[in-house]
Amino acid sequence: MKRPQQWHQWALIGLGVGVAVLLLVLPLVLIFTRALSGGWELLAANLSEGFMQHALGLTLLVAVLTVPVNMIFGIALAWCVTQYQFRGRRLLTTLIDIPFATSPVVAGMCYLVVYGMEGLLGQWLSSRDIQIIFAWPGIVLVTIFITSPYVARILIPLMQTHGNDEEHVALTLGANGWQIFWRVTLPKIKWALLNGVVTTNARAVGEFGSVAVVSGTIMNQTLTLPLLVEQLNNDYKVAAAFTAAALLACMALLSLLLKSFMEWRQERLEALALGG
Amino acid sequence: MAAIASRPLLLIRPAVLPGFGLSLGVSSFFITLIILFPVSALFAYSAELSLAQYWQAVTDPRVLASYRVTVSAALYATLASVLIGLLLAWVTVRYDFPGRRLLDTLIDLPFALPTAVAGLTLSVLLAPSGWVGQWFDAVGIKIAYAYPGIVIAMTFTSLPFVVRTLQPVLQDFAKEVEEAARTLGASRTQIFWRVILPTLIPALVTGGAQSFIRSLGEFGAVVMIAGNIPFRTEVSSLMIFVRLQEFEYPAAAAIATVILLTSLLLMFALYVLQGRVLRWQRSAG
Repeated sequence: MKRPQQWHQWALIGLGVGVAVLLLVLPLVLIFTRALSGGWELLAANLSEGFMQHALGLTLLVAVLTVPVNMIFGIALAWCVTQYQFRGRRLLTTLIDIPFATSPVVAGMCYLVVYGMEGLLGQWLSSRDIQIIFAWPGIVLVTIFITSPYVARILIPLMQTHGNDEEHVALTLGANGWQIFWRVTLPKIKWALLNGVVTTNARAVGEFGSVAVVSGTIMNQTLTLPLLVEQLNNDYKVAAAFTAAALLACMALLSLLLKSFMEWRQERLEALALGG
Repeated sequence: MAAIASRPLLLIRPAVLPGFGLSLGVSSFFITLIILFPVSALFAYSAELSLAQYWQAVTDPRVLASYRVTVSAALYATLASVLIGLLLAWVTVRYDFPGRRLLDTLIDLPFALPTAVAGLTLSVLLAPSGWVGQWFDAVGIKIAYAYPGIVIAMTFTSLPFVVRTLQPVLQDFAKEVEEAARTLGASRTQIFWRVILPTLIPALVTGGAQSFIRSLGEFGAVVMIAGNIPFRTEVSSLMIFVRLQEFEYPAAAAIATVILLTSLLLMFALYVLQGRVLRWQRSAG
Protein backbone atom coordinates (compact mmCIF):
# COMPACT_ATOMS: atom_id res chain seq x y z
CA MET A 1 0.00 0.00 0.00
CA LYS A 2 1.26 3.48 -0.74
CA ARG A 3 0.43 7.12 -0.33
CA PRO A 4 -1.22 8.34 -3.51
CA GLN A 5 1.03 10.71 -5.44
CA GLN A 6 -0.51 11.52 -8.78
CA TRP A 7 -3.73 13.42 -9.45
CA HIS A 8 -5.48 10.47 -11.04
CA GLN A 9 -4.94 8.39 -7.91
CA TRP A 10 -6.49 11.12 -5.80
CA ALA A 11 -9.31 11.32 -8.33
CA LEU A 12 -10.02 7.60 -7.92
CA ILE A 13 -10.02 7.93 -4.13
CA GLY A 14 -12.30 10.95 -4.40
CA LEU A 15 -14.70 9.01 -6.61
CA GLY A 16 -14.70 6.02 -4.22
CA VAL A 17 -15.26 8.18 -1.16
CA GLY A 18 -17.94 10.14 -3.02
CA VAL A 19 -19.87 7.00 -3.90
CA ALA A 20 -19.54 5.72 -0.33
CA VAL A 21 -20.79 9.00 1.11
CA LEU A 22 -23.77 9.03 -1.24
CA LEU A 23 -24.70 5.36 -0.74
CA LEU A 24 -23.66 4.67 2.86
CA VAL A 25 -23.13 7.86 4.88
CA LEU A 26 -26.04 9.94 3.60
CA PRO A 27 -28.67 7.29 4.54
CA LEU A 28 -27.20 7.09 8.06
CA VAL A 29 -27.27 10.88 8.44
CA LEU A 30 -30.87 10.90 7.22
CA ILE A 31 -31.97 8.26 9.76
CA PHE A 32 -30.64 10.22 12.73
CA THR A 33 -31.78 13.62 11.39
CA ARG A 34 -35.31 12.34 10.91
CA ALA A 35 -35.37 10.57 14.28
CA LEU A 36 -34.32 13.81 15.97
CA SER A 37 -36.45 16.13 13.81
CA GLY A 38 -39.02 16.53 16.59
CA GLY A 39 -36.39 17.16 19.26
CA TRP A 40 -35.15 14.92 22.05
CA GLU A 41 -38.45 14.99 23.96
CA LEU A 42 -40.41 13.56 21.05
CA LEU A 43 -37.71 10.94 20.55
CA ALA A 44 -37.96 9.94 24.21
CA ALA A 45 -41.77 9.88 23.98
CA ASN A 46 -41.61 7.69 20.86
CA LEU A 47 -39.12 5.37 22.52
CA SER A 48 -41.25 4.92 25.63
CA GLU A 49 -44.38 3.97 23.67
CA GLY A 50 -45.66 0.55 24.71
CA PHE A 51 -45.53 -0.92 21.22
CA MET A 52 -41.93 0.26 20.75
CA GLN A 53 -40.82 -1.31 24.04
CA HIS A 54 -42.62 -4.53 23.20
CA ALA A 55 -41.04 -4.74 19.75
CA LEU A 56 -37.59 -4.10 21.23
CA GLY A 57 -38.13 -6.81 23.86
CA LEU A 58 -39.33 -9.34 21.28
CA THR A 59 -36.40 -8.55 18.95
CA LEU A 60 -33.91 -9.08 21.78
CA LEU A 61 -35.65 -12.31 22.83
CA VAL A 62 -35.35 -13.67 19.28
CA ALA A 63 -31.64 -12.76 19.17
CA VAL A 64 -30.94 -14.24 22.61
CA LEU A 65 -32.53 -17.55 21.63
CA THR A 66 -31.07 -17.68 18.11
CA VAL A 67 -27.43 -16.84 18.75
CA PRO A 68 -26.49 -19.68 21.19
CA VAL A 69 -28.20 -22.33 19.03
CA ASN A 70 -26.34 -21.24 15.91
CA MET A 71 -23.10 -20.84 17.83
CA ILE A 72 -23.17 -24.45 19.06
CA PHE A 73 -24.19 -25.72 15.64
CA GLY A 74 -21.53 -23.62 13.89
CA ILE A 75 -18.76 -24.89 16.15
CA ALA A 76 -19.89 -28.51 15.78
CA LEU A 77 -20.03 -28.27 12.00
CA ALA A 78 -16.70 -26.44 11.69
CA TRP A 79 -15.02 -28.97 14.00
CA CYS A 80 -16.52 -31.90 12.11
CA VAL A 81 -15.52 -30.79 8.60
CA THR A 82 -12.04 -29.53 9.50
CA GLN A 83 -10.77 -32.27 11.86
CA TYR A 84 -11.90 -35.42 10.02
CA GLN A 85 -11.79 -36.86 6.53
CA PHE A 86 -15.12 -38.54 5.86
CA ARG A 87 -17.58 -39.23 3.08
CA GLY A 88 -20.23 -36.52 2.83
CA ARG A 89 -17.93 -33.76 4.04
CA ARG A 90 -18.41 -31.63 0.93
CA LEU A 91 -22.14 -32.31 1.02
CA LEU A 92 -22.37 -30.87 4.55
CA THR A 93 -20.49 -27.69 3.56
CA THR A 94 -22.77 -27.31 0.54
CA LEU A 95 -26.01 -27.85 2.44
CA ILE A 96 -25.09 -25.19 4.97
CA ASP A 97 -25.07 -22.60 2.15
CA ILE A 98 -28.75 -23.21 1.33
CA PRO A 99 -29.99 -20.47 3.71
CA PHE A 100 -27.67 -17.98 1.95
CA ALA A 101 -29.26 -18.75 -1.39
CA THR A 102 -32.85 -18.87 -0.11
CA SER A 103 -34.92 -15.72 -0.38
CA PRO A 104 -36.18 -14.74 3.11
CA VAL A 105 -39.82 -14.85 2.00
CA VAL A 106 -39.31 -18.36 0.62
CA ALA A 107 -37.73 -19.38 3.94
CA GLY A 108 -40.80 -18.08 5.76
CA MET A 109 -43.01 -19.98 3.33
CA CYS A 110 -41.10 -23.24 4.03
CA TYR A 111 -41.81 -22.91 7.75
CA LEU A 112 -45.40 -21.89 7.12
CA VAL A 113 -46.14 -25.12 5.24
CA VAL A 114 -44.61 -27.20 8.05
CA TYR A 115 -46.02 -25.54 11.15
CA GLY A 116 -48.99 -23.53 9.80
CA MET A 117 -52.62 -24.61 10.17
CA GLU A 118 -52.67 -26.00 6.63
CA GLY A 119 -49.24 -27.49 7.05
CA LEU A 120 -47.85 -30.93 7.81
CA LEU A 121 -47.67 -30.57 11.60
CA GLY A 122 -50.12 -27.69 12.07
CA GLN A 123 -53.22 -29.74 12.96
CA TRP A 124 -51.31 -31.97 15.36
CA LEU A 125 -49.69 -28.97 17.09
CA SER A 126 -52.91 -26.98 17.42
CA SER A 127 -54.72 -30.00 18.92
CA ARG A 128 -52.10 -29.78 21.66
CA ASP A 129 -52.47 -26.00 21.96
CA ILE A 130 -48.99 -25.31 20.68
CA GLN A 131 -48.86 -22.25 18.47
CA ILE A 132 -45.76 -21.71 16.37
CA ILE A 133 -46.91 -19.72 13.35
CA PHE A 134 -48.20 -16.19 14.12
CA ALA A 135 -46.37 -16.43 17.47
CA TRP A 136 -42.82 -15.93 18.71
CA PRO A 137 -41.60 -19.55 18.33
CA GLY A 138 -42.13 -19.30 14.55
CA ILE A 139 -40.14 -16.06 14.45
CA VAL A 140 -37.29 -17.72 16.34
CA LEU A 141 -37.31 -20.78 14.05
CA VAL A 142 -37.09 -18.82 10.78
CA THR A 143 -34.42 -16.58 12.27
CA ILE A 144 -32.36 -19.65 13.21
CA PHE A 145 -32.73 -20.87 9.62
CA ILE A 146 -31.70 -17.55 8.05
CA THR A 147 -28.67 -16.99 10.32
CA SER A 148 -27.44 -20.60 10.54
CA PRO A 149 -24.47 -20.39 8.12
CA TYR A 150 -22.59 -17.40 9.58
CA VAL A 151 -20.60 -18.92 12.49
CA ALA A 152 -19.65 -22.03 10.49
CA ARG A 153 -18.73 -19.99 7.40
CA ILE A 154 -16.39 -17.75 9.41
CA LEU A 155 -14.78 -20.62 11.37
CA ILE A 156 -14.24 -23.20 8.61
CA PRO A 157 -11.60 -21.38 6.48
CA LEU A 158 -9.73 -20.29 9.62
CA MET A 159 -9.64 -23.79 11.14
CA GLN A 160 -8.58 -25.21 7.79
CA THR A 161 -5.51 -22.97 7.65
CA HIS A 162 -4.66 -23.78 11.27
CA GLY A 163 -4.59 -27.54 10.59
CA ASN A 164 -4.76 -29.90 13.58
CA ASP A 165 -1.15 -30.57 14.56
CA GLU A 166 -1.49 -28.86 17.92
CA GLU A 167 -4.66 -30.82 18.68
CA HIS A 168 -2.81 -34.06 17.92
CA VAL A 169 0.04 -33.07 20.20
CA ALA A 170 -2.45 -32.35 23.00
CA LEU A 171 -3.98 -35.79 22.44
CA THR A 172 -0.63 -37.58 22.76
CA LEU A 173 -0.02 -35.60 25.96
CA GLY A 174 -3.17 -37.19 27.36
CA ALA A 175 -5.82 -34.48 26.93
CA ASN A 176 -9.38 -35.60 26.30
CA GLY A 177 -11.67 -34.19 23.60
CA TRP A 178 -13.21 -31.40 25.67
CA GLN A 179 -9.84 -30.34 27.05
CA ILE A 180 -8.46 -30.15 23.52
CA PHE A 181 -11.38 -27.98 22.41
CA TRP A 182 -11.36 -25.60 25.39
CA ARG A 183 -7.60 -25.25 25.87
CA VAL A 184 -6.13 -25.69 22.37
CA THR A 185 -8.69 -24.95 19.65
CA LEU A 186 -10.87 -22.29 21.26
CA PRO A 187 -8.02 -19.88 22.15
CA LYS A 188 -6.93 -19.95 18.51
CA ILE A 189 -10.36 -19.11 17.11
CA LYS A 190 -11.98 -17.06 19.87
CA TRP A 191 -12.01 -13.68 18.10
CA ALA A 192 -13.31 -15.20 14.88
CA LEU A 193 -16.00 -17.01 16.88
CA LEU A 194 -17.06 -13.75 18.55
CA ASN A 195 -17.09 -12.12 15.13
CA GLY A 196 -19.44 -14.87 13.95
CA VAL A 197 -21.65 -14.33 16.99
CA VAL A 198 -21.87 -10.58 16.31
CA THR A 199 -22.70 -11.20 12.65
CA THR A 200 -25.37 -13.76 13.59
CA ASN A 201 -26.82 -11.35 16.12
CA ALA A 202 -26.92 -8.44 13.66
CA ARG A 203 -28.76 -10.56 11.08
CA ALA A 204 -31.12 -11.97 13.71
CA VAL A 205 -32.08 -8.51 14.92
CA GLY A 206 -32.67 -7.18 11.41
CA GLU A 207 -34.39 -10.13 9.73
CA PHE A 208 -37.49 -9.00 7.86
CA GLY A 209 -38.82 -11.09 4.96
CA SER A 210 -39.05 -14.49 6.61
CA VAL A 211 -40.33 -13.05 9.89
CA ALA A 212 -42.98 -11.07 8.00
CA VAL A 213 -44.42 -14.35 6.62
CA VAL A 214 -44.66 -16.24 9.90
CA SER A 215 -45.37 -13.38 12.31
CA GLY A 216 -48.86 -12.33 11.25
CA THR A 217 -47.80 -8.78 12.28
CA ILE A 218 -49.94 -8.49 15.38
CA MET A 219 -49.28 -5.23 17.26
CA ASN A 220 -47.86 -5.76 20.77
CA GLN A 221 -47.59 -9.50 20.11
CA THR A 222 -45.54 -10.53 17.11
CA LEU A 223 -44.04 -7.27 15.80
CA THR A 224 -40.25 -7.21 15.84
CA LEU A 225 -38.49 -3.87 15.37
CA PRO A 226 -37.92 -4.26 11.58
CA LEU A 227 -41.60 -5.18 11.12
CA LEU A 228 -42.58 -2.21 13.27
CA VAL A 229 -40.57 0.10 10.98
CA GLU A 230 -42.61 -1.05 8.01
CA GLN A 231 -45.92 -1.02 9.88
CA LEU A 232 -45.44 2.53 11.16
CA ASN A 233 -44.36 3.71 7.72
CA ASN A 234 -47.48 2.16 6.17
CA ASP A 235 -49.58 4.01 8.75
CA TYR A 236 -47.86 7.28 7.74
CA LYS A 237 -46.26 7.58 11.19
CA VAL A 238 -42.92 8.38 9.59
CA ALA A 239 -41.37 10.04 12.66
CA ALA A 240 -42.06 6.99 14.84
CA ALA A 241 -40.83 4.72 12.01
CA PHE A 242 -37.54 6.61 11.99
CA THR A 243 -37.26 6.29 15.77
CA ALA A 244 -37.38 2.50 15.44
CA ALA A 245 -35.04 2.74 12.45
CA ALA A 246 -32.55 4.81 14.46
CA LEU A 247 -32.61 2.23 17.24
CA LEU A 248 -31.79 -0.50 14.72
CA ALA A 249 -29.14 1.67 13.04
CA CYS A 250 -27.42 2.16 16.42
CA MET A 251 -27.29 -1.62 16.90
CA ALA A 252 -25.94 -2.03 13.34
CA LEU A 253 -23.20 0.56 13.94
CA LEU A 254 -22.25 -1.13 17.22
CA SER A 255 -22.01 -4.48 15.40
CA LEU A 256 -19.77 -2.92 12.74
CA LEU A 257 -17.46 -1.49 15.41
CA LEU A 258 -17.26 -4.79 17.33
CA LYS A 259 -16.75 -6.69 14.08
CA SER A 260 -13.80 -4.63 12.91
CA PHE A 261 -12.26 -4.76 16.39
CA MET A 262 -12.56 -8.57 16.44
CA GLU A 263 -11.18 -8.95 12.93
CA TRP A 264 -8.21 -6.86 14.00
CA ARG A 265 -7.67 -9.00 17.13
CA GLN A 266 -7.91 -12.25 15.14
CA GLU A 267 -5.39 -10.92 12.60
CA ARG A 268 -3.03 -10.05 15.43
CA LEU A 269 -3.50 -13.52 16.88
CA GLU A 270 -2.61 -15.06 13.50
CA ALA A 271 0.43 -12.78 13.17
CA LEU A 272 1.62 -13.80 16.66
CA ALA A 273 1.14 -17.48 15.84
CA LEU A 274 3.20 -17.09 12.67
CA GLY A 275 5.91 -15.10 14.43
CA GLY A 276 6.14 -17.57 17.31
CA MET B 1 -11.70 -45.03 18.97
CA ALA B 2 -15.34 -45.99 19.27
CA ALA B 3 -16.08 -43.67 16.36
CA ILE B 4 -13.85 -45.72 14.07
CA ALA B 5 -15.56 -48.92 15.00
CA SER B 6 -19.09 -47.58 14.71
CA ARG B 7 -18.62 -45.59 11.49
CA PRO B 8 -16.22 -47.49 9.29
CA LEU B 9 -18.16 -46.56 6.15
CA LEU B 10 -18.06 -42.79 6.56
CA LEU B 11 -14.49 -42.13 7.57
CA ILE B 12 -11.94 -42.04 4.78
CA ARG B 13 -9.03 -41.73 7.18
CA PRO B 14 -9.31 -42.99 10.78
CA ALA B 15 -10.29 -40.23 13.20
CA VAL B 16 -7.39 -39.34 15.44
CA LEU B 17 -9.20 -36.77 17.56
CA PRO B 18 -12.23 -37.75 19.61
CA GLY B 19 -15.63 -36.18 18.99
CA PHE B 20 -16.36 -37.29 15.44
CA GLY B 21 -19.66 -38.93 16.32
CA LEU B 22 -20.83 -36.04 18.47
CA SER B 23 -19.93 -33.21 16.06
CA LEU B 24 -21.24 -35.06 13.01
CA GLY B 25 -24.39 -36.01 14.92
CA VAL B 26 -25.14 -32.46 16.06
CA SER B 27 -24.43 -30.99 12.60
CA SER B 28 -26.48 -33.53 10.67
CA PHE B 29 -29.37 -33.36 13.12
CA PHE B 30 -29.45 -29.57 12.89
CA ILE B 31 -29.12 -29.45 9.08
CA THR B 32 -31.88 -32.04 8.70
CA LEU B 33 -34.29 -30.42 11.13
CA ILE B 34 -33.69 -26.72 10.40
CA ILE B 35 -32.75 -26.72 6.71
CA LEU B 36 -33.66 -29.92 4.83
CA PHE B 37 -37.01 -30.71 6.44
CA PRO B 38 -38.72 -27.31 5.85
CA VAL B 39 -37.24 -26.98 2.35
CA SER B 40 -38.46 -30.41 1.28
CA ALA B 41 -41.81 -29.72 2.96
CA LEU B 42 -42.27 -26.80 0.57
CA PHE B 43 -41.82 -29.09 -2.43
CA ALA B 44 -44.09 -31.72 -0.89
CA TYR B 45 -46.77 -29.12 -0.24
CA SER B 46 -46.69 -27.72 -3.77
CA ALA B 47 -46.74 -31.28 -5.17
CA GLU B 48 -50.32 -31.52 -3.93
CA LEU B 49 -51.30 -29.24 -6.81
CA SER B 50 -52.03 -30.88 -10.13
CA LEU B 51 -49.59 -30.06 -12.90
CA ALA B 52 -52.13 -27.78 -14.59
CA GLN B 53 -52.84 -25.91 -11.34
CA TYR B 54 -49.13 -25.55 -10.65
CA TRP B 55 -48.49 -24.27 -14.15
CA GLN B 56 -51.34 -21.79 -13.84
CA ALA B 57 -50.02 -20.50 -10.49
CA VAL B 58 -46.47 -19.95 -11.69
CA THR B 59 -47.32 -18.53 -15.14
CA ASP B 60 -50.07 -16.12 -14.12
CA PRO B 61 -49.44 -12.91 -16.16
CA ARG B 62 -48.91 -10.84 -13.02
CA VAL B 63 -46.40 -13.39 -11.71
CA LEU B 64 -44.63 -13.52 -15.08
CA ALA B 65 -44.30 -9.73 -14.98
CA SER B 66 -42.79 -10.01 -11.50
CA TYR B 67 -40.11 -12.45 -12.80
CA ARG B 68 -39.18 -9.94 -15.51
CA VAL B 69 -38.95 -7.07 -13.01
CA THR B 70 -36.93 -9.12 -10.49
CA VAL B 71 -34.44 -10.64 -12.93
CA SER B 72 -33.79 -7.45 -14.91
CA ALA B 73 -33.45 -5.27 -11.80
CA ALA B 74 -31.12 -7.84 -10.22
CA LEU B 75 -28.95 -7.82 -13.37
CA TYR B 76 -28.66 -4.02 -13.35
CA ALA B 77 -27.95 -4.07 -9.60
CA THR B 78 -25.26 -6.72 -10.04
CA LEU B 79 -23.59 -4.68 -12.77
CA ALA B 80 -23.66 -1.61 -10.53
CA SER B 81 -22.30 -3.45 -7.49
CA VAL B 82 -19.51 -5.03 -9.59
CA LEU B 83 -18.40 -1.60 -10.84
CA ILE B 84 -18.74 0.17 -7.47
CA GLY B 85 -17.26 -2.85 -5.67
CA LEU B 86 -14.22 -2.86 -7.97
CA LEU B 87 -13.69 0.85 -7.31
CA LEU B 88 -14.04 0.55 -3.52
CA ALA B 89 -11.87 -2.58 -3.25
CA TRP B 90 -9.19 -0.97 -5.42
CA VAL B 91 -9.12 2.27 -3.45
CA THR B 92 -9.10 0.61 0.00
CA VAL B 93 -6.39 -1.95 -0.88
CA ARG B 94 -4.01 0.06 -3.07
CA TYR B 95 -3.88 3.47 -1.45
CA ASP B 96 -3.24 4.75 2.02
CA PHE B 97 -5.32 7.85 2.71
CA PRO B 98 -6.98 9.46 5.71
CA GLY B 99 -10.28 7.73 6.47
CA ARG B 100 -9.35 4.49 4.69
CA ARG B 101 -10.10 2.29 7.72
CA LEU B 102 -13.41 4.03 8.33
CA LEU B 103 -14.37 3.52 4.69
CA ASP B 104 -13.35 -0.13 4.90
CA THR B 105 -15.54 -0.64 8.00
CA LEU B 106 -18.51 1.22 6.49
CA ILE B 107 -18.54 -1.08 3.45
CA ASP B 108 -20.17 -3.76 5.65
CA LEU B 109 -23.01 -1.41 6.62
CA PRO B 110 -25.49 -2.92 4.14
CA PHE B 111 -24.99 -6.33 5.80
CA ALA B 112 -25.42 -4.94 9.31
CA LEU B 113 -28.28 -2.52 8.68
CA PRO B 114 -31.70 -4.23 8.69
CA THR B 115 -33.12 -4.28 5.17
CA ALA B 116 -36.36 -2.62 6.26
CA VAL B 117 -34.36 0.32 7.61
CA ALA B 118 -32.39 0.52 4.37
CA GLY B 119 -35.61 0.49 2.35
CA LEU B 120 -37.29 3.16 4.47
CA THR B 121 -34.24 5.42 4.37
CA LEU B 122 -33.55 5.05 0.65
CA SER B 123 -37.21 5.67 -0.17
CA VAL B 124 -37.26 8.91 1.84
CA LEU B 125 -33.88 9.96 0.42
CA LEU B 126 -34.96 9.33 -3.17
CA ALA B 127 -38.59 10.49 -2.94
CA PRO B 128 -39.40 13.54 -5.14
CA SER B 129 -39.10 15.75 -2.03
CA GLY B 130 -36.03 13.95 -0.62
CA TRP B 131 -32.45 15.18 -0.32
CA VAL B 132 -31.34 13.33 -3.44
CA GLY B 133 -34.69 12.70 -5.13
CA GLN B 134 -35.44 16.41 -5.66
CA TRP B 135 -32.52 16.74 -8.10
CA PHE B 136 -33.86 13.90 -10.19
CA ASP B 137 -37.43 15.16 -9.84
CA ALA B 138 -36.32 18.48 -11.33
CA VAL B 139 -35.34 16.70 -14.55
CA GLY B 140 -38.42 14.48 -14.46
CA ILE B 141 -36.84 11.23 -13.26
CA LYS B 142 -38.75 9.23 -10.67
CA ILE B 143 -36.61 6.91 -8.53
CA ALA B 144 -38.47 6.02 -5.34
CA TYR B 145 -41.76 4.17 -5.85
CA ALA B 146 -40.61 3.24 -9.36
CA TYR B 147 -38.34 0.74 -11.13
CA PRO B 148 -35.01 2.60 -10.53
CA GLY B 149 -35.73 2.45 -6.79
CA ILE B 150 -35.74 -1.37 -6.93
CA VAL B 151 -32.34 -1.37 -8.66
CA ILE B 152 -30.86 1.02 -6.08
CA ALA B 153 -32.24 -0.96 -3.13
CA MET B 154 -30.79 -4.19 -4.58
CA THR B 155 -27.44 -2.49 -5.26
CA PHE B 156 -27.27 -1.23 -1.69
CA THR B 157 -28.04 -4.58 -0.04
CA SER B 158 -25.61 -6.57 -2.23
CA LEU B 159 -22.73 -4.07 -2.36
CA PRO B 160 -20.35 -5.74 0.17
CA PHE B 161 -20.15 -9.10 -1.68
CA VAL B 162 -17.93 -7.91 -4.56
CA VAL B 163 -15.73 -5.74 -2.34
CA ARG B 164 -15.12 -8.52 0.17
CA THR B 165 -14.28 -11.17 -2.47
CA LEU B 166 -11.98 -8.79 -4.39
CA GLN B 167 -9.99 -7.35 -1.49
CA PRO B 168 -7.97 -10.48 -0.56
CA VAL B 169 -7.12 -11.16 -4.22
CA LEU B 170 -5.94 -7.58 -4.73
CA GLN B 171 -3.90 -7.79 -1.53
CA ASP B 172 -2.15 -10.97 -2.67
CA PHE B 173 -1.49 -9.62 -6.15
CA ALA B 174 2.25 -9.73 -6.67
CA LYS B 175 3.73 -6.28 -7.17
CA GLU B 176 6.61 -7.87 -9.10
CA VAL B 177 4.32 -8.92 -11.92
CA GLU B 178 3.07 -5.38 -12.27
CA GLU B 179 6.60 -3.99 -12.17
CA ALA B 180 7.79 -6.53 -14.71
CA ALA B 181 5.00 -5.41 -17.05
CA ARG B 182 6.04 -1.80 -16.55
CA THR B 183 9.70 -2.46 -17.29
CA LEU B 184 8.60 -4.28 -20.43
CA GLY B 185 7.03 -1.01 -21.53
CA ALA B 186 3.34 -1.59 -20.78
CA SER B 187 1.25 1.54 -20.19
CA ARG B 188 -0.90 1.93 -17.06
CA THR B 189 -4.12 1.09 -18.89
CA GLN B 190 -2.47 -1.93 -20.53
CA ILE B 191 -1.30 -3.17 -17.11
CA PHE B 192 -4.82 -2.85 -15.71
CA TRP B 193 -6.62 -4.54 -18.60
CA ARG B 194 -4.04 -7.21 -19.49
CA VAL B 195 -2.29 -8.00 -16.19
CA ILE B 196 -4.47 -7.09 -13.22
CA LEU B 197 -8.05 -7.58 -14.44
CA PRO B 198 -7.58 -11.20 -15.66
CA THR B 199 -6.46 -12.28 -12.19
CA LEU B 200 -9.51 -10.59 -10.67
CA ILE B 201 -12.07 -12.31 -12.90
CA PRO B 202 -12.71 -15.39 -10.68
CA ALA B 203 -13.33 -13.14 -7.66
CA LEU B 204 -15.48 -10.80 -9.74
CA VAL B 205 -17.59 -13.74 -10.94
CA THR B 206 -17.98 -15.11 -7.39
CA GLY B 207 -18.87 -11.73 -5.90
CA GLY B 208 -21.14 -10.87 -8.81
CA ALA B 209 -22.98 -14.19 -8.57
CA GLN B 210 -23.48 -13.75 -4.82
CA SER B 211 -24.82 -10.22 -5.44
CA PHE B 212 -27.18 -11.53 -8.11
CA ILE B 213 -28.54 -14.34 -5.90
CA ARG B 214 -28.99 -11.92 -3.02
CA SER B 215 -30.73 -9.35 -5.25
CA LEU B 216 -33.14 -11.96 -6.63
CA GLY B 217 -34.30 -12.75 -3.11
CA GLU B 218 -34.15 -9.27 -1.59
CA PHE B 219 -37.44 -8.29 -0.02
CA GLY B 220 -37.33 -5.84 2.89
CA ALA B 221 -35.46 -3.05 1.16
CA VAL B 222 -37.27 -3.52 -2.15
CA VAL B 223 -40.90 -3.53 -0.98
CA MET B 224 -40.45 -0.28 0.90
CA ILE B 225 -39.12 1.60 -2.12
CA ALA B 226 -40.76 -0.13 -5.11
CA GLY B 227 -44.26 1.30 -4.84
CA ASN B 228 -45.47 -2.26 -5.65
CA ILE B 229 -47.59 -1.46 -8.69
CA PRO B 230 -48.95 -4.70 -10.24
CA PHE B 231 -47.25 -5.66 -13.53
CA ARG B 232 -44.68 -2.86 -13.17
CA THR B 233 -42.84 -2.79 -9.85
CA GLU B 234 -43.79 -6.00 -8.08
CA VAL B 235 -40.93 -8.42 -7.36
CA SER B 236 -41.44 -12.19 -7.18
CA SER B 237 -40.97 -12.42 -3.40
CA LEU B 238 -43.81 -9.95 -3.03
CA MET B 239 -46.06 -12.15 -5.20
CA ILE B 240 -45.75 -14.89 -2.56
CA PHE B 241 -47.01 -12.36 -0.05
CA VAL B 242 -49.87 -11.22 -2.26
CA ARG B 243 -51.03 -14.84 -2.71
CA LEU B 244 -50.80 -15.44 1.06
CA GLN B 245 -53.00 -12.43 1.72
CA GLU B 246 -55.54 -13.84 -0.75
CA PHE B 247 -55.35 -17.12 1.25
CA GLU B 248 -54.07 -18.86 -1.89
CA TYR B 249 -51.52 -20.91 0.05
CA PRO B 250 -50.82 -23.53 -2.66
CA ALA B 251 -50.25 -20.81 -5.28
CA ALA B 252 -47.90 -19.00 -2.90
CA ALA B 253 -45.99 -22.24 -2.32
CA ALA B 254 -45.80 -22.88 -6.07
CA ILE B 255 -44.23 -19.45 -6.72
CA ALA B 256 -41.86 -20.05 -3.80
CA THR B 257 -40.62 -23.31 -5.37
CA VAL B 258 -39.79 -21.47 -8.61
CA ILE B 259 -37.74 -18.85 -6.75
CA LEU B 260 -36.07 -21.46 -4.54
CA LEU B 261 -35.13 -23.75 -7.45
CA THR B 262 -33.71 -20.82 -9.41
CA SER B 263 -31.46 -19.64 -6.59
CA LEU B 264 -30.34 -23.20 -5.67
CA LEU B 265 -29.45 -23.90 -9.32
CA LEU B 266 -27.47 -20.65 -9.47
CA MET B 267 -25.65 -21.58 -6.27
CA PHE B 268 -24.67 -25.03 -7.58
CA ALA B 269 -23.64 -23.54 -10.94
CA LEU B 270 -21.37 -21.16 -9.05
CA TYR B 271 -19.78 -24.09 -7.14
CA VAL B 272 -19.10 -25.98 -10.37
CA LEU B 273 -17.64 -22.84 -11.94
CA GLN B 274 -15.48 -22.15 -8.90
CA GLY B 275 -14.15 -25.72 -9.01
CA ARG B 276 -13.21 -25.26 -12.68
CA VAL B 277 -11.67 -21.84 -12.18
CA LEU B 278 -9.63 -22.98 -9.19
CA ARG B 279 -8.28 -25.95 -11.15
CA TRP B 280 -7.48 -23.64 -14.07
CA GLN B 281 -5.65 -21.24 -11.78
CA ARG B 282 -3.68 -24.01 -10.12
CA SER B 283 -2.54 -25.43 -13.44
CA ALA B 284 -1.61 -21.95 -14.65
CA GLY B 285 0.27 -21.13 -11.48
